[in-house]
Amino acid sequence: MKETAQHTHGKVSGIIANLVIVRVDGPVAQNEICFIQHADTQLMAEVIKILGDKAYVQVFESTRGLQPGMEVTFTGHLLEATLGPGILSKNYDGLMHDLDTMTGIFLKRGEYTLSFDMEQKWDFRPLAAVGDKITAGSWLGEVTENSIPHKIMAPFKLEGPYTLQSIAEPGAYGVTETIAVLTDSRGKETPVSMVQKWPVKKAVKAYQNKPRPFKLLETGVRTIDTLNPIVEGGTGFIPGPFGSGKTVMQQAISKQAEADIVIVAACGERANEVVDLFTEFPELDDPWTGRKLMERTTIIANTSNMPVAAREASVYTAMTIAEYYRSMGLKVLLLADSTSRWAQALREMSNRMEELPGPDAFPMDLPAIISNFYSRAGIVFLNNGQTGSITFIGTVSPAGGNLKEPVTESTKKVARCFYALSQQRADSKRYPAIDPIDSYSKYLEYPELLKTLNEQIAPNWAEQVIELKNILFRGKEAAEQINILGDDGVSIDTHLAFWRSEVVDAIILQQDAFDEVDSRCPLKRQKYMVDKILDVTDTALAFDGYEEVNPYFKRVISALKQMNYSEFETPKFKQYEEELRQILEERKTG
Amino acid sequence: MDTRAFQRIYTKIEQITKATCTLKATGVGYEELAMVAGKEAQVVKIMDDQVTLQVFAGTEGIPTNAEVVFMGKAPSLKVGDALAGRFFNAYGQPIDGGPEADGEEREIGGPSVNPVRRKQPSELITTGIAGIDLNNSLVTGQKIPFFADPDQPYNQVMAMVALRAKADKIILGGIGLTNDDYLYFKNVFENAGALHRIVSFVNTTEDPPVERLLVPDMALAAAEYFAVDKHEKVLVLLTDMTLYADALSIVSNRMDQIPSKDSMPGSLYSDLAKLYEKAVQFEDGGSVTIIAVTTLSGGDITHAIPDNTGYITEGQLFLRRDTDIGKVIIDPFRSLSRLKQLVIGKKTRADHPQVMNAAVRLYADAANARTKLENGFDLTDYDERTLEFAKEYSRELLAIDVNIDTEKMLEVAWELFARYFSQAEVGMKQELMDKYWPNGN
Repeated sequence: MKETAQHTHGKVSGIIANLVIVRVDGPVAQNEICFIQHADTQLMAEVIKILGDKAYVQVFESTRGLQPGMEVTFTGHLLEATLGPGILSKNYDGLMHDLDTMTGIFLKRGEYTLSFDMEQKWDFRPLAAVGDKITAGSWLGEVTENSIPHKIMAPFKLEGPYTLQSIAEPGAYGVTETIAVLTDSRGKETPVSMVQKWPVKKAVKAYQNKPRPFKLLETGVRTIDTLNPIVEGGTGFIPGPFGSGKTVMQQAISKQAEADIVIVAACGERANEVVDLFTEFPELDDPWTGRKLMERTTIIANTSNMPVAAREASVYTAMTIAEYYRSMGLKVLLLADSTSRWAQALREMSNRMEELPGPDAFPMDLPAIISNFYSRAGIVFLNNGQTGSITFIGTVSPAGGNLKEPVTESTKKVARCFYALSQQRADSKRYPAIDPIDSYSKYLEYPELLKTLNEQIAPNWAEQVIELKNILFRGKEAAEQINILGDDGVSIDTHLAFWRSEVVDAIILQQDAFDEVDSRCPLKRQKYMVDKILDVTDTALAFDGYEEVNPYFKRVISALKQMNYSEFETPKFKQYEEELRQILEERKTG
Repeated sequence: MDTRAFQRIYTKIEQITKATCTLKATGVGYEELAMVAGKEAQVVKIMDDQVTLQVFAGTEGIPTNAEVVFMGKAPSLKVGDALAGRFFNAYGQPIDGGPEADGEEREIGGPSVNPVRRKQPSELITTGIAGIDLNNSLVTGQKIPFFADPDQPYNQVMAMVALRAKADKIILGGIGLTNDDYLYFKNVFENAGALHRIVSFVNTTEDPPVERLLVPDMALAAAEYFAVDKHEKVLVLLTDMTLYADALSIVSNRMDQIPSKDSMPGSLYSDLAKLYEKAVQFEDGGSVTIIAVTTLSGGDITHAIPDNTGYITEGQLFLRRDTDIGKVIIDPFRSLSRLKQLVIGKKTRADHPQVMNAAVRLYADAANARTKLENGFDLTDYDERTLEFAKEYSRELLAIDVNIDTEKMLEVAWELFARYFSQAEVGMKQELMDKYWPNGN
């Protein structure tokens, strides 16, 4: 990348929607950022193709009123995120401009606000000592951002080893003040402040290595934690037709997950959903620290009516912020809703550039782009031996609910957890509508995870989970038999198999995201309920006819449901537990 | 439309297709409005000095030496109180015989609201229809379509909802409305004495299809004026958005764009979202609520138009003819209002969410029982009772001719529960059942 003082200039020569063709007078780089002068505003754009002296740029704004001949200035750098203390609790647009400091009700073209307050002073505490060996990402010092220890790091752009020549005394400093000076092997000095920039489309690699994930990330959602767990540094995706509860699911995870930092990229989705986050997160308590959820959260909002080109950038911006906090040794959870909208943004552009289309008119390199993005997640050992992680969960909105479309298929190849939302479950209001049999967590095949699960939860946990899945599977088979042969055409055991799986479904799988108690189920409680359920399903019961089975199990489920709705281990909880015991006693044999 | 003094007039068109024409011109801005032989057109592509114009009314009869004048502005609408009670065409010109409406000129299809300036929608819209108020409550600032087959009475239901909704202004965007339906709306609004709070932009089936592309933008520009400047509660009715999408595909086809699913342009999602996302609730009480119609072909919701719409809108309402009671009902399975969580049990009685869910679950059990019956199996006593319940539930609550308040709907539901089921079968939070279960059962 050229870093010259002399910037290349150009003039607009063609406009088709948000694709603008610029005739340039000097060198330009692929993905370089430029600004188009329109009246007294400057519109930001990114180079996406170069043909001779013509640069094709995608404009991150509406192009209404642009005319041939307008001046264009190239900046000499790629699309960059500005990183430093002050990012948490912010609401950004897709290009990391602070939405709250913008003026007016409507978004104004070319109004680019700063990512955070450059005047603010932070209490700095040095962590490194003069003479220390420094590489990209080394922790130089620390400030406290919303109670989170925010490390001030050596810039990610550094190459090769440096030595710390001087570091600021503890005290209050502005973000742009020099807090350390580094020297390279030739003695060249590099001053460092609390702010650094990083091109969003490049992965931050300032770590030692990236092991396989080995630790469960608690979400408080039973059907995930118990049956198909996501792990620290893991990747997962939630495809589902509209109305199947993707967004409710993601919001539940973002509220409850055991993470230090949560970054939500609302990518091409409904504005009112983002408003939900804006409204609720400052009010809701983080179940892990008791502080407000917003304090650990950053929201990147590129809603569906905001410019399409910025939609593509928004997921990269979010990932870069996640990588920044991961480098501080924090557990970051990144949620993107929805990656399909991002793929559609790529498609719109590819279409305007008249590229030959791949399947469903998506660009040919879509699978590569998606897998490259997912690969930026993961748990890492930093150079100082600490761990940090990015757990990434994306939703996919498959066209027509058909999982055989390019975005779903490409994602399925790279994401290790698959949470299939089923329309059938959604229709019968069995929420969350995650299909327990179609969904999977590949992490359950990792011996290192199974080992930690048995330590984290209970020694026989893995077997219990398999047993639950078997019950569900047998129940599904029984339901099919009953449908074919009729209630009186099958044995009572078949009815029992069906109803036992209904118990697991109603009590473990289904969870009321809008109930204060039931919405979040900690691991300890999940373990307790799993024991309870297996107890119920293991109990041998006697019935005189199949007609008795349905009403009996309805009572069992009702008692268990009341348990789910009651605070754990309270007298009320125990009262329903006792009720359940009595119901079981009625028909217990042997 | 007036022309400005000293405007340059071009008279050499180089290329004409069914919907576009191309000529050499300079100093032209993207999306600028132009007149080609007296027909409205808009700049859709500029390549150096080659300007391509989309002619809304079609290019029929346009000669290569037609006069082309650029207007120096994007399509716009004069907004003001004078809009109220008036009927306009897709260009914002009166079609009711009245004078031009005077007001401040504003570009249509303007910028989006900054998401942090929005307020979380929380004001309930009551319609008296239990299929909506009980199961799928609507909220100001919401956008929701009816997914309906062409033979269903969606326009009637929509007009009914609009009139009962207590909105300050109702903006009707008629997109390819048949003349009969246009007159229907006009009559209903007139008879209800509501004409003074209604503004209509209508493109009928007699008008050129590409003109339709302007109708939603016109309607929403008017809506934004009343919501932002006047802090009013505005309800926008858009019917039929499928015809809007069809018009999009015609244009993209003429511009040689590569179609994606179902011959629709690849940008369909963004194009529709730009309209629907104009639905908004502001801090100061002003709001834009959009109720639209998307007609389906043969009930297929996987087609690109309803599919993309479903991902954008906050739910959808399905109409269905219930043959058991011989009435049209709001289908409780497939209908969904995503914003209902913001109001039910909060703005309505605390038992609302659970009553709603329990009733739908029992209705689903009835559907299973019906399948069993059709397959020739014996029904259990429980199955029989669910079927009886489903019929009454359909008649007393789901039918679109129901008009009662929400409290009454809840009472009716509790009565039906108690009539047909035991408490364990209904399976709700015990505190609620203790409080609301009708006595004497």
